[in-house]
Amino acid sequence: MVAVIFYLAALTMIVGAVGVITARNPVHSAMFLVMTLMSVAVNYVLLGADLAAAVQVIVYASAVVILFLFVIMLLGVDQRDELEDKLNHQRLVATTVSVLMAATLLLVGGTKWAQGARSVTGSLEKDNLTNVEVVASTLFTKYVFVFELTSILLVGAVIGAVVLAKRATTTMDLIDEDANDKVIDANEVGK
Amino acid sequence: MTITTTHYLVLAAIIFCIGLAGVSIRKNALVMFMSVELMLNAASLTFVAYSKALDDVAGQVSVFFILVVAAGEVAVGLALMVAIFKRKHKTSPDEISNMAEAHRDKSVEGKSAGVANVS
Repeated sequence: MVAVIFYLAALTMIVGAVGVITARNPVHSAMFLVMTLMSVAVNYVLLGADLAAAVQVIVYASAVVILFLFVIMLLGVDQRDELEDKLNHQRLVATTVSVLMAATLLLVGGTKWAQGARSVTGSLEKDNLTNVEVVASTLFTKYVFVFELTSILLVGAVIGAVVLAKRATTTMDLIDEDANDKVIDANEVGK
Repeated sequence: MTITTTHYLVLAAIIFCIGLAGVSIRKNALVMFMSVELMLNAASLTFVAYSKALDDVAGQVSVFFILVVAAGEVAVGLALMVAIFKRKHKTSPDEISNMAEAHRDKSVEGKSAGVANVS
């Protein structure tokens, strides 16, 4: 049963990942990304990581993808052909490097030396506590300083995003007469 | 048939390399961002797989931190893309590869346009 679920999730994961990088329309890429992220959540459940699975669905598959879709809608869907190579044979070299990387990682993953010590920071099974409680108790005791640092990181990211968006609009009001011209042109063409 | 840690490692390696190929092949900045998300997810899956294999809670804590960093990265990255698009009306990384020069051009235009508005 577990094997069947794993192989189904692995299949949807790989199909979704290939879809992300091959879909011409960025909206389709985003939908394929949801497919992959959901399959990753399924794998988390199989591995007993309940908290990670829930957070994956809530934060990744919903919030991050919706942010992507917002930006795609804001910028317009750009479906121009990407055929011209500005660097020589970029596509060929990139594919070769990726395949070589995959071969190396598969070799490493298949050998025995990807091992480690057991339960260094604490066991996942603690006197009938659920997975959420175990992870939370580690996060808020041993890693509480790092947790506080992530809050600084998030505040920095939010302020950065706001400042970037705000500055762009104000300077655009000042400098960008091209945009108005374009709108006028479009209206005239419409008539 | 049992599913071992190796299965998860191989799956994560495949997803990581698909993401790597996406970043280096595609020329749409949004799709490149999505490919980076794929790579981050592959790393997270490896963390969780080892967390289960070694019975260690640190792997799942790491997934939490990866998620925070990824969310911040997406917020700032997409804000950057929107800002660049508003200035230059293009998002292809090929067209915006020279950011310093673009900024200089735009700021000169901005000053002249501002003067024109005032007069």
